[in-house]
Amino acid sequence: MEWIYDIIEPVYFVAAILFVLALRAMSDPATARRGIVWAGIGMFFAVAVTVLIPATFYDGGITPTSTLEVNFVLMGIAVAIGGAMAYYAAIKVKMTNMPQMVAIYNGMGGGAAAAIAAVDLMRNGLPSGLLGGLPSGAYSPLDLVGGMIGSVSFAGSLIAFLKLQGWMTQKPVTFPGQNIVNSLVLILAAVFGVLFVYDPALFAGIPISFLALFFLFGLLYGIMMALPIGGADMPVVISLFNALTGIAVGIDGFALTNFAMIIAGVIVGAAGSLLTYLMAKAMNRSISNVLFSAFGSKEETGVEIKGSLKPTDPDDVAMQLAYASKVIIAPGYGMAVAQAQGKVKEMCDILEQKGVTVKFAIHPVAGRMPGHMNVLLAEAGVSYDKLFDIDEINPEFATTDVAMVIGANDTVNPAAHRQGSPLFGMPVLEVEQAKAVVVLKRGQGKGFAGIENDLFYRDNCKMLYGDATDSLAKVVQALKKL
Amino acid sequence: MTSLPTWVVSALPLVYIAILAAFAGYEVISRVPTLLHTPLMSGSNFIHGAVLAGSMIMLGLAENLPEQIVGFVAVLLAAANVTGGYAVTDRILEMFDRAKQRQDQQKKEKGS
Repeated sequence: MEWIYDIIEPVYFVAAILFVLALRAMSDPATARRGIVWAGIGMFFAVAVTVLIPATFYDGGITPTSTLEVNFVLMGIAVAIGGAMAYYAAIKVKMTNMPQMVAIYNGMGGGAAAAIAAVDLMRNGLPSGLLGGLPSGAYSPLDLVGGMIGSVSFAGSLIAFLKLQGWMTQKPVTFPGQNIVNSLVLILAAVFGVLFVYDPALFAGIPISFLALFFLFGLLYGIMMALPIGGADMPVVISLFNALTGIAVGIDGFALTNFAMIIAGVIVGAAGSLLTYLMAKAMNRSISNVLFSAFGSKEETGVEIKGSLKPTDPDDVAMQLAYASKVIIAPGYGMAVAQAQGKVKEMCDILEQKGVTVKFAIHPVAGRMPGHMNVLLAEAGVSYDKLFDIDEINPEFATTDVAMVIGANDTVNPAAHRQGSPLFGMPVLEVEQAKAVVVLKRGQGKGFAGIENDLFYRDNCKMLYGDATDSLAKVVQALKKL
Repeated sequence: MTSLPTWVVSALPLVYIAILAAFAGYEVISRVPTLLHTPLMSGSNFIHGAVLAGSMIMLGLAENLPEQIVGFVAVLLAAANVTGGYAVTDRILEMFDRAKQRQDQQKKEKGS
């Protein structure tokens, strides 16, 4: 049945082209929807022809026929259960919870990559010559690396999911000597992996195998890696785990000589790495700084902030807005938490009817995912030509009457311009340059970075305390009366 | 290790493919606006769901219960990655579509 590969390889080739075209289409809002459909078609055919590969094992005598039949049944059950549950969860979940859904599905991909490596290691590689495979001996280093990266991505993404879902603390979890302990865990995992490959039967009396220890410590490292990372850094970390899963899939692809996996994995690995870098850069931090410094656990000392916090009420805010000619709204994670995007849109519509120009200032790391704000505002029906990147919008604040900050803090903190501040150098939205600033905030707490925000103490800044949705509802009512 | 040169040679085509794929991934991302970063991350999350292919091959090869269990877990997780990744990306992009349609509609209403 060697001829089956004459079908499989061209289909993989077409699927690979579709994957690249799909990502390309996603780089333009007008064609983005088409992109995912192309990727879906490519994936469908790539997976469908892959079912033919185990079918060749029938006459290859590779897997005993009765076992193979059981395996096919298991395959069907696994696809049905995994697919149905994931699909149901994906269509039921609220739009604000999308970041953690990406994290959890990404983790599952990593887990699958680790499990593939595990099976390959358990059976000492593929039967020689199968799938045009690599010569014997090449599989084990590939499987160890792929399995390790896959387990780290699986466990790390799971922690990211729990943190974003609010099922565990969003704060960095730290303890003394953390980086050393983490390194030890990683080294132990590597040692167990090498021991297993070197001689699986070494110290035969030990009740647990080195392979199990290798994966256990790999998973543990993934957990340890994600623990010290706080909620606001999650965009970078999810993107990093996404890239890692891609790399793990690519490496598994080498071990199985499967072109679809190599191409898909490596594309995602490269694209995800670049995306991770771009996101870290937007916060003016290196990726290692995000991962190892438990950002937010330190505070700046010796800086006194002058001025006071000036609370305001919805009627005043409505008045200010109604008589402005240009308003810029800077949303942040608080808008997502309060699910306030619908009210934002409503307010925006009323203001536009009154002839006020309304624009949105989107900080690259606002929210918990790159583009998180864009997605929420798009959900509420705000058209994307009103959304502006930081570089486009910053020069405009000087000519703006009212800048409204909704649940954002660190991304609008002028402390970023002050040397010595932990935020120093991070690009921020320069809302303080507007004639008036209104900040919608739940309470007087600090932002994720744990730094006082001098913006709130500026003379031109007023605070509107309360849940963003409630506050905006009151502003909208007041606007309607005007 | 006398076999080393042979396996390096036989692995070369795979390495070429990987290098080209890496360039493709890099090029494609470098042009994406921030606006689309979330759907793109979600979309690439779907694409590495190609791991389902490998999971099915491994489960097909499983010969004993432990291998079948781990292989089953692999297929289960990979299938969730693929379907979940697709559904999430589609939902996110659908919102962009809806936002655009609403905007077009508004323009039409204003025009008429």
